Amino acid sequence: MLLDDYNPLSGRMLTILDQDANLNEILMPQLDSAVVEKAFRTMVLSRVADDKAVILQRQGRMGTYPPNKGQEAASLGPAMTMGDRDWFVWGFRELAGLLWRGLPLEQYYLGWMGNEYGNHYDPDLRITPTSIPVASQYTYAVGLAYASRYQKENTVIFAFTGDGGTSEGDFHESLNAAGVFNLPIVFIVQNNQWAISLPRSEQTASDTIAQKAIAYGIRGIQVDGNDILAMYAASEEAAEVARNGGGPTLIEAYTYRLGNHTTSDDARRYRVEEEAKEWEARDPLNRMLKYVRSREILSEKKIESVWEWAKTLVEEAAHKAETTPPPSLDDVFRHTYESMTSNLKEQFDDMKKREESQ
Amino acid sequence: MMMNMVTALNSALAIEMENDDSIAILGEDVGAVGGVFRVTEGLQERFGTDRVIDTPLSESLIAGMATGMAMAGMRPIAEMQFMGFSYPALNIIISHIARMRNRSRGSYTVPLVIRMPYGAGIKALEHHSESTESIYAQIPGLKVVIPSSPREAKGLLISSIRDPDPVIFLEPARNYRLFSEEVEEDAFTISLGESKMVQEGDDITIVGWGAMMPIIQEATHSVEEIGISCEVIDLRTISPMDSEAVIKSVIKTGRVIIVQEAPMTCGVASELIARISNKAFLSLEAPPERVTAPDITVPLPKGEKYYYINMEKIRDSIEKVISF
Repeated sequence: MLLDDYNPLSGRMLTILDQDANLNEILMPQLDSAVVEKAFRTMVLSRVADDKAVILQRQGRMGTYPPNKGQEAASLGPAMTMGDRDWFVWGFRELAGLLWRGLPLEQYYLGWMGNEYGNHYDPDLRITPTSIPVASQYTYAVGLAYASRYQKENTVIFAFTGDGGTSEGDFHESLNAAGVFNLPIVFIVQNNQWAISLPRSEQTASDTIAQKAIAYGIRGIQVDGNDILAMYAASEEAAEVARNGGGPTLIEAYTYRLGNHTTSDDARRYRVEEEAKEWEARDPLNRMLKYVRSREILSEKKIESVWEWAKTLVEEAAHKAETTPPPSLDDVFRHTYESMTSNLKEQFDDMKKREESQ
Repeated sequence: MMMNMVTALNSALAIEMENDDSIAILGEDVGAVGGVFRVTEGLQERFGTDRVIDTPLSESLIAGMATGMAMAGMRPIAEMQFMGFSYPALNIIISHIARMRNRSRGSYTVPLVIRMPYGAGIKALEHHSESTESIYAQIPGLKVVIPSSPREAKGLLISSIRDPDPVIFLEPARNYRLFSEEVEEDAFTISLGESKMVQEGDDITIVGWGAMMPIIQEATHSVEEIGISCEVIDLRTISPMDSEAVIKSVIKTGRVIIVQEAPMTCGVASELIARISNKAFLSLEAPPERVTAPDITVPLPKGEKYYYINMEKIRDSIEKVISF
């Protein structure tokens, strides 16, 4: 079992497809070429959509945006192993996984453009809304997992945060409780080496983030987060363990944020450019591309067409999001409570009157 | 059946759990020991450890776990051991519980109750005597309920459990076993957001909630002897606040005092007086008055007399407003 062989005390990080696209055939997960193709398409779409979001922000057409560039495999791998009724609990940098899950890109854009309808998910997607207070989403992941077991749903909860999140109390409280209750959760930490300006080395004195699992009595594994196959394999196993009553697993996805923390950030102020250059060589998308080429899963022509497909889709999604009407006065009042309280209704009526008289 | 507030709350929880198996209780020491005030006594034995969950000592986790359970369709009732220990959970309460419905434009809702004992007058350690209800009352998306008697506690708790929105349910620790009264054995509800006319009167309106109600009644009985007729309103729910009933009463009496256990500044009384001033300005015969704690940290028991509101303080205030 990978989770045993690569336990945090082993000092090993799981890699299946290395940065030069050398493949560990023994650990290679069984994936249909159609699935690999879809994963490649999703990764390309995520990259193109992400780049577009940054451009839109620079043009004043998008709000503050946290780029995903370089971290596509870390959320995509786990998402690929999820069952229909499993829960996707995200923070704010999990675009590739969300796209795999079926979140419409225009809705994702809508959210970052500043409209709550961006979070108005189809409940069947089982995606919880964006959670910006770092790691706080881990606490409700525990509750979703508890309910899953209580309701005999046999679902697994996939919960994401970043390396910065591991310093939050909620991270500790949630892993601790998930261990105590032996809940079906896969905790995925995207260790992208930087929490805004704070490097991973200053976030924790632990050698790895995966080793924190040991203290909570749960499984942990450090995975090459830029390796889609390793992320898939580790998540698949962790999910299976969880589904069979084996409890939670902490997966440290060892990756790198190639972009800024958000569009309001300038990473040049705190990190050397050589570092990012070095990590570009380990880019998960390039690695996937090398793999797809070397295995001849897609022809050059097909690869070319994937980029074109992605660009068209992204343009359409951006257009749809931009032409979505802004929320009405009714929208911004109506969802505070199930029905407006009398005091709120009075404030609403007052504003409605002003709006109508203008 | 005669019940004190603890047994009335226990009765409400048991009835609701019996009727709806999506309800689960979670918190610190709520199981075998039945909570430090014994409100959940016997429930774990009756409903099992799956539904009466002893959690690790993690308030933020308790609130967050309840959030996830509610998002998945359960009806969790979380207990914070004391209001003064609820602050680690404030981030979850404010950042997720209160706004999940709005954030998702209704895709997800968080119907849950967070119960917590609040208030001074119980000779307790530091952090065990807080009344910081206005923190919660200011958060859009939350309802804040404060019962004052055993019967009120049962009816309001059942309504809170059945409410589609998250409810912060504040139990006056001082009143837990202060007195018993006749309470229906079966389920009954008291609407959230509706105050209670405790006593009709002509000269002055006195408004309070929770632990202040018995003290207010002591004071109003004592001024009756000197011919002052008080109208007494128990607010019951501080969010949403039934200011309409208070305003209606003030229009009739022309005078008003709000009694608030918490410190003066930015409290529930401030909001209520703002609304009265706005809606009943021309009916006022005297400036609205507040009887509150001073803006200091709750003293430890030896100094509590400088903080806690007593009958004399309210009576003096009534006389001051009447003679304005």
